[in-house]
Amino acid sequence: MCGIIGFMSRTGRLISGDRIATALNCLKERGNGEGSGYVGYGIYPDYKDDYAIHVFLDATKDYDKIRHEVEEVLVKYGYILKDEEIPTEEGIIKKEQVSWRFFYRFDEKYKSVEEDMMVDIVMDINAKIDGAFVFSSGKNMGVFKAAAWPLEVAEYFKIDQYKGFQWLSHARYPTNTKGWWGGAHPFNLLGWSVVHNGEITSYGANKRYVESFGYKCKLLTDTEVVAYLFDLLIRKHKIPVEYAMSALAPRFWDEIESMSKEDKKIHEAIRMTYGGATMNGPFGIVVGTQEGMAFMNGEVEEGNTMVGLTDRIKLRPLVAAEKDDLLFVSSEESAIRKICPELDRVWMPDAGRMVIAKLEKKI
Amino acid sequence: MIPSTVPPKYKVFVDPERCMLCERCTTECSWGVYRRQGNKILTYPNRCGACLRCASLCPRDAITVTLNQSCGREHPVWTPEVKQDVVTQAKSGCILLSGMGNAKEYPIYFDKIVLDACQVTNPSIDPLREPMELRTYVGKKPEKLEFDYVEEEIDGKKVKKAKLKTKIAPNLKLDTPIMIGHMSYGALSLNSHKAMAKAVKECGTFMGTGEGGLHRDLYGYSDNIITQVASGRFGVNSEYLNKGAAIEIKIGQGAKPGIGGHLPGEKVSAEVSMTRMIPQGSDAISPAPHHDIYSIEDLAQLIRSLKEATRWKMPVFVKISAVHNVSAIANGIATSDADAVVIDGFKGGTGAAPKVFRDNVGIPIEVAIAAVDDRLREQGNRHKISIIASGGIRNSADVFKSIALGADAVYIGTAAMVAMGCTVCGRCYTGQCAWGIATQKPELVKRLEVDDAARRVANLIHAWTHEIQELLGAAGINSIESLRGNRDRLRGVGLSEIELNTLGIKQAGM
Ligand code: SF4
Ligand code: SF4
Repeated sequence: MCGIIGFMSRTGRLISGDRIATALNCLKERGNGEGSGYVGYGIYPDYKDDYAIHVFLDATKDYDKIRHEVEEVLVKYGYILKDEEIPTEEGIIKKEQVSWRFFYRFDEKYKSVEEDMMVDIVMDINAKIDGAFVFSSGKNMGVFKAAAWPLEVAEYFKIDQYKGFQWLSHARYPTNTKGWWGGAHPFNLLGWSVVHNGEITSYGANKRYVESFGYKCKLLTDTEVVAYLFDLLIRKHKIPVEYAMSALAPRFWDEIESMSKEDKKIHEAIRMTYGGATMNGPFGIVVGTQEGMAFMNGEVEEGNTMVGLTDRIKLRPLVAAEKDDLLFVSSEESAIRKICPELDRVWMPDAGRMVIAKLEKKI
Repeated sequence: MIPSTVPPKYKVFVDPERCMLCERCTTECSWGVYRRQGNKILTYPNRCGACLRCASLCPRDAITVTLNQSCGREHPVWTPEVKQDVVTQAKSGCILLSGMGNAKEYPIYFDKIVLDACQVTNPSIDPLREPMELRTYVGKKPEKLEFDYVEEEIDGKKVKKAKLKTKIAPNLKLDTPIMIGHMSYGALSLNSHKAMAKAVKECGTFMGTGEGGLHRDLYGYSDNIITQVASGRFGVNSEYLNKGAAIEIKIGQGAKPGIGGHLPGEKVSAEVSMTRMIPQGSDAISPAPHHDIYSIEDLAQLIRSLKEATRWKMPVFVKISAVHNVSAIANGIATSDADAVVIDGFKGGTGAAPKVFRDNVGIPIEVAIAAVDDRLREQGNRHKISIIASGGIRNSADVFKSIALGADAVYIGTAAMVAMGCTVCGRCYTGQCAWGIATQKPELVKRLEVDDAARRVANLIHAWTHEIQELLGAAGINSIESLRGNRDRLRGVGLSEIELNTLGIKQAGM
């Protein structure tokens, strides 16, 4: 179950959020109304170089106090440029969480380590402040999610009022844990946002693996761990993206045996070193990124990227399509056709192989 | 001689209606239980250890060996075994020796852990159709990979290519996560060793030499051999070290934590004496401590000198027995240049151990694996060292559970012996093993037919490997690395909260 649809404009055209909501609604029956969510990149041009931190605060009478605790953590390391409740449409869904956003800038002295610090802050708030969860922590981007149907969440968060060059979305059918706001997708850390269809049977191994690098899995869902794995492999370990994807969905030993000597060495090393990152079980994942990413040519490129990846034996669907500057990834073609009936190319990515779309210029 | 005051433990009955007086039992029994007198087979049950060789091989199925419970007052504290031990010691004034593993009824946590399986939303995987990858590398791994970027010209265009910069330390490559642990030549017969060596070669895995050196007949199997260096340093020289694929330093053994090894002189035959480099007929005692190791630094020094002696081409393992502070020790070992830590639980077998140790010292392997894996991860040292679990691994489910708790691979010992015919009678220390397994007596050794025994051991490993593949498929996992430390696939039944927490698993239903 679960439905995924995402698209990006390679040229950086800004597209209104109602398009993604329309597309996701087409996958409504893949969810059960217990979780839907969106992430838009390029939506905060006024604060594009600052962090946009989205936090869920338990909607109890204490929520002011909880927010205060979050503020206290943030002001230790930098400045809150602006904060407000994320505008919502009342009366659509029961407000279990107050969604708050902070536009935030680190103190100059932390500039060189600000990403590591942001990760620590997110882990800290999620682990230590009862009733607060950071669910989005990148720049010029934001996650909007809740335990409700796709259109309800879109209306509630007034998605149509945001414009982004890349949108990912997800309709959830929780099978392992109860549906709750924090458990809805996308999962985000810094610029990484992950939507996932499937169940990761290696979750226990992956969780213990990332936790040994200091990440704290507190959101009770397997997708959270995927966001941390991306951050660990690509940002922290600076593994070329193709190889990072190979760590998550490794080549089979049979394939590795038939590779050239040099490739064999690399893929063998990946499996030996990153066995704990190997993801098993049915999955189709799509990852949006905002920050620079290490590519095969070794340079950290500034660029927005969208990655799609399925499990090694394709237990979950993933379809990709192109139209002019647009690239789509979805669990079903119908969702893509809903918002773009005429497509130049539609294809099914091979099992375990990734699809990468890069932005042509920095936004 | 002080006479015994307790009756024999077993009753041996030869059915005169069935017996045809072939006298096979008189020759098969190495303990001297049977003797022919006229038209009768007489029995001496006080010599019987219930190895069941006689009953298995009697052509007329005339022999029954049963527990002799008919006599004596029943008492919950003073059980026949307790009384027997007191009497034996009253007679001899000696430490009681015993063989095989802990014989007391401690909880077997493996049996209180159940596995998870996939259903609709996380489909199980069919191992007959999809690859199930069990390949396991035992040894040090880097924490992360580093790449260099070089410019290459492809079709006249300059492109940058990533080249692997990180060098991977030597690892053992296993086709299945099951190895055969260290049982020395001396404790076991040469035929047992040959059979196991053939089997591991066929299965793409490894066996340990134990502390007994390596017999020349096994040199041909050196790609599948792990040599052992114990405190006695028997048989250790440069040739021996270089005849294996890895080296293991034995600090402790699950069946007898805190004490050294003891091979009774009766088992030190001419061949064993040559291989071990000790005088024939003398007891081979490995001292309790290594007299050059009193700290992690000393251990590190020995590891480095062994690596030096083998040109840094082999991984070095350190074997310790499971004791309560095993996680701290293992973490120390991880920082000492060792490539794997072998943790031997208190159900592990042995050729000869003081009974009081076998039955009372050490802790279960299940909790030890969980504790070690946790600590290594907490300290960021998990990649520096592989965990090999041993001591009471009885079936493929135990292997699966060990790996899910955090082990990389397991050693089996008793299971391989049982595959060869051992009936776990526990009298290996006498050197009289009627099955030809734990003996050096040529007439007994030849009873173990090498090819046949090798086939059984290989069959066992193959069978377990298939079962692990099936279990993985049921758990929706197609490569063993996703099982390692994946405690999410396990649930506890009938365990207290503190036991569940120690094992790091959830209660069934949660
Ligand atoms: S082996 Fe069986 S048949 Fe033969 S003498 Fe012994 S008891 Fe009788
Ligand atoms: S090896 Fe022989 S003596 Fe030892 S327990 Fe097995 S059957 Fe008995």
